[in-house]
Amino acid sequence: MSLRLQARKLACERDDRWLFHDLDLELHAGEIVRVEGPNGSGKTTLLKILSGQLADYRGELFWKGAPMRRVRRDFLANLLYLGHAPGVKAALTPLENLAWYQALAGGAGDEDDRLAALAAVGLAGFEDLPTGQLSAGQQRRVALARLELMPRPLWVLDEPFTAIDRDGVAALEARLEAHTRRGGCVLVTTHHVLRASAGLRSVCLGEGGGGVER
Amino acid sequence: MVAIRATLKRDLVLLLRRRSEVLNPLVFFALVITLFPIGISPDPELLATIAPGLLWVAALLAALLSLDGLFRSDYEDGSLEQLLLSPQPLPALALAKVAVHWLLTGLPLALMAPVLGIMLSLPAGSYLVLALSLALGSASLSLIGAIGAALTVGLSRGGVLLSLLVLPLYIPVLIFGAGAVQAAIMGAGVSAHLAILGALLAVALILAPWAIAASLRISING
Amino acid sequence: MWAFIHKLGSPKWFYGISARLSPWCWAAAVALILVGGVWGLAFAPADYQQGNSFRIIYVHVPAAFLAQSVFVAMAAAGFIFMVWKIKLADMAAAVMAPLGAGMTFVALFSGAVWGVPTWGTWWQWDARLTSMLILFFLYIGVIALRGAFSSRDSASRAASVLAMVGVINIPIIKYSVEWWYTLHQPATFSVTSQPAMPTEMWVPLLIMVLGFYSFFIAVTLMRTRSEILRRESSKRWVRDLVGEGR
Repeated sequence: MSLRLQARKLACERDDRWLFHDLDLELHAGEIVRVEGPNGSGKTTLLKILSGQLADYRGELFWKGAPMRRVRRDFLANLLYLGHAPGVKAALTPLENLAWYQALAGGAGDEDDRLAALAAVGLAGFEDLPTGQLSAGQQRRVALARLELMPRPLWVLDEPFTAIDRDGVAALEARLEAHTRRGGCVLVTTHHVLRASAGLRSVCLGEGGGGVER
Repeated sequence: MVAIRATLKRDLVLLLRRRSEVLNPLVFFALVITLFPIGISPDPELLATIAPGLLWVAALLAALLSLDGLFRSDYEDGSLEQLLLSPQPLPALALAKVAVHWLLTGLPLALMAPVLGIMLSLPAGSYLVLALSLALGSASLSLIGAIGAALTVGLSRGGVLLSLLVLPLYIPVLIFGAGAVQAAIMGAGVSAHLAILGALLAVALILAPWAIAASLRISING
Repeated sequence: MWAFIHKLGSPKWFYGISARLSPWCWAAAVALILVGGVWGLAFAPADYQQGNSFRIIYVHVPAAFLAQSVFVAMAAAGFIFMVWKIKLADMAAAVMAPLGAGMTFVALFSGAVWGVPTWGTWWQWDARLTSMLILFFLYIGVIALRGAFSSRDSASRAASVLAMVGVINIPIIKYSVEWWYTLHQPATFSVTSQPAMPTEMWVPLLIMVLGFYSFFIAVTLMRTRSEILRRESSKRWVRDLVGEGR
């Protein structure tokens, strides 16, 4: 089964306001789709719908060609979502945080993998400090370490570049590209301008109107 | 199963690292109990007659006090979103969190109650029943309260609202919990009371996790 | 079947049909309450123990019935909204909550008034009054929760869940309060526990109960209609309708 997330005639109405309607979107293996739009245009809501958190939409979602409702479990097992908040506990160490995520995915997890993932995001030496003592950017990196740690093909990232320094941004961009080269796909919102690459596309959400694919 | 055990462990570790959150409800319990003799009368006979109800009400309020934090920190740091997106069943994960809440709030309150019972000259022979009824009843309180906590976690000022939602639902547990202690004092059988508390817990165990899961899904999109 | 349900759930269709239904409900409510009220207050015989003060049951009992039924109806509407996503059900649930709380208050107030000649006090921890009071708090909780959310969609869902949780708890609360009451106080007068009420007394009571229910349906229809206009104010059919009115 090839990796494919499809949205057909997607529409979302929040409190009598249409955030978007008639939005068709397809995400294939090897692609990065960047969702653009001004503040309040529904980018985060779209990402929440496409990551299966929000059931309050019209239209249809398909995962690998099957309706989302029926394959939700399989979809979630393939998804890695990073939201606005990093999802990292301040009182736990980075290692403990990652261990919980591994267990949440259903596996026991391996300490070496966690150390390697933390080293890859530049947190070697910080593994055993409470995360709350790290800077905002470093806490963000703990969350990003999940990208290294968990072999999930579909990444849905909401503003992943927030609070990260220049080197970190470059490293993250490289990581996204490497992920698509390995056959993964990425759905991302960001105000940061991404480096042009083969699989990069943009979807623009307008003021209360439909989505336009560019 | 791995995920549920890991969530249990994670929440236990988190609470044990912030010990004040565990201790505060216990101190609150002791303080409220101290207020009554001061506010009413130090007369041991009078205190003995109202002790079962006082202990139960104070314990119930102490448990309520700690509920607001049950999902709040997870909501604020984004862990709750991740919990909802795990391929594991959400009611089971929510149940794990509630279990930790009971272990570190309800159970310590139940163990502490007999000590405060002495201070209220609770008649002998009812101490074990007091602890037992509180241990059993507070599990229902945690489950029912978690529904309210899940419904209000997305609201910035959910605390007072939470007690408004949850307290009416606590009344049956209070009636049979305090009733068990009263019955023990009067020398009547307590097994019926404890059985009803157990039945309430069973109902709560079956239904509450689904309600908590549904409420969390609502709150995350607030 | 499905098509019918969804048609029923369409606000526009409901707005039309309710316009035709609601005068009948109002007429029934006024007629029944008038007949029942006059009969009960003026013609029904006085109670041999309580004298004329028993007549308050012609208000108290229907209000108490309605207070409980409205909660069940509200929870049912919440269930329909959550399962089938029919917004009309939520609009109905939203307007029912204050109405139910009002009825609960009427039942509580009439119970207190009845308490003065009977118990010599405005409040007695009578089993029925106590469960009414708890029901009142449950209503307040649902209303407060609905008001606390900034997003109306979330508010509707949260209120629906709470109403469903509440409706499961109401019988448990009711029975435990009754049990608690018998334990602490030997049975005294209860507002409604007349043994074998004679026909001349309960027929007007029945008429009053029916009248209160008609009143409830009429008010719910009316308020749901205005709720529809408010929520659907951006829809074309509402604009056309309002335009016609001008």
